[in-house]
Amino acid sequence: MTDKVQIKGIREGLLVSVVEDEGDWNLAEKELLSELDRQKSFLQGAKLILDVNEYGINAAAMGRLRDQISDHGLSLWGVLSRSPLTERSAQAMGLATRIHQTERQAEPADGHGFDPNSDAVLVRRTLRSGASITHTGHVTLIGDLNPGAEIIAGGDVIVWGRLRGLVHAGAEGNQDAVVCALDLAPTQLRIAGHIAIPPQERGQTSPEVAFVRDGQVIAEPWEPGKAIK
Amino acid sequence: MSGRVITITSGKGGVGKTTATANIGAALADMGYKVVCIDADIGLRNLDVVMGLENRIVYDLVDVVEGRCKLRQALIRDKRMGELYLIPAAQTRDKNAISPKDMQRVCDELRPEFDFILIDSPAGIERGFKNAIAPADDVIIVTNPEVSAVRDADRIIGLVEADQKGPAKLIINRINQELIERGDMLAVADVLELLAVDLIGMVPDDQAVLVSTNRGAPISLEQKSRTGQAFRDVAKRLSGQEVAYTEENGSGGLFGRLSKLIRTGGG
Repeated sequence: MTDKVQIKGIREGLLVSVVEDEGDWNLAEKELLSELDRQKSFLQGAKLILDVNEYGINAAAMGRLRDQISDHGLSLWGVLSRSPLTERSAQAMGLATRIHQTERQAEPADGHGFDPNSDAVLVRRTLRSGASITHTGHVTLIGDLNPGAEIIAGGDVIVWGRLRGLVHAGAEGNQDAVVCALDLAPTQLRIAGHIAIPPQERGQTSPEVAFVRDGQVIAEPWEPGKAIK
Repeated sequence: MSGRVITITSGKGGVGKTTATANIGAALADMGYKVVCIDADIGLRNLDVVMGLENRIVYDLVDVVEGRCKLRQALIRDKRMGELYLIPAAQTRDKNAISPKDMQRVCDELRPEFDFILIDSPAGIERGFKNAIAPADDVIIVTNPEVSAVRDADRIIGLVEADQKGPAKLIINRINQELIERGDMLAVADVLELLAVDLIGMVPDDQAVLVSTNRGAPISLEQKSRTGQAFRDVAKRLSGQEVAYTEENGSGGLFGRLSKLIRTGGG
């Protein structure tokens, strides 16, 4: 994930935001396409909503972009921009230029549009400091979540690895959300509106499950055959 | 000859990027390679001071980029050594004076003439870092065995990977054996466990480094110095030699754990 291109799951599909940098759309486009290329296997077949911020894209460039995106096996569904030029080119091609506002800002905990049964995402790499994954559904990470990295999910969070960063499960108020990790040692753990700071010293590491019971976040060792929560 | 561009960076300031650049550069030149060190820390230049070449600066990197001089004119040769050169940073400008493209152009012009092009990156993750990383073939991350430096190193490793420059290699600088044994400092194994990247150097905490940087005489040229040896080992590893990590002052525990980690693939 580069810091110029951010990918976020929303109800309509995937919201891909291109962060304004030096104002040269050609450079930004290159960055965007190489990021799509890199995440190819993860994104395959997805419906894309592109947020290009201030960039002005004319109709010819927009057509090229749509072709290139479909070459990546993705479909361009909508384009969001503050540039009137870009909006006009997108509308001319029949692309959506508006999505529900709460989702454009797609911050967690706004309580809108969360469907506890919505899709899950699977992420397979180490999330290092500064990395962030936000998703309205469940998130599964195969790899470590290092300190300074975060996962914010509307549903459950599973980390097959060491969980040392910040996790917020049930971020839109779902009290039943759980967090599972092979080694649960977060900087901070949040479930729905509850915040827990785990003790510094821990004994041996074992897989654990964290959930809310009686208004408190509790972590319990995973045991074979025992139902979670 | 097509030189390798190696960027030395860290995220956090003050961990020893500039010292590492000067010392690895000097050690490589001492081995007979033709080396140029570029100071990418525009506005806060230091590499010239650490290399002892401050008083010979006429043109700098920004002059080259803005066309006020030829690249050749900005190269300052270190007369104490075979083929070691410096391109200094401008002190009166800032990071925005050059772009990542400018750095790529300068390095492409240097590649045919040098074996190694070392870039001393500024701290931070903004423009200066992006400039420094743009032309890199390899990236070396310098960190100290302390939580904040390791945290920043982790962030930088992520950014380097995102830029497809990885895998980065790690130098752990200022290792203080006494503090580690007392349990007051992160051990090498702890750092490697978190960062999960390959190690390329372990450098002890040594007051002699302070003296050498103040004098502008790289410690890697002092044959008796342990710290100098650590930097020379990094240079050898960069040149493709395999150099074992020496077991020092009887701390078998730490290095024992480390070698175990290396055997199992670096943690």
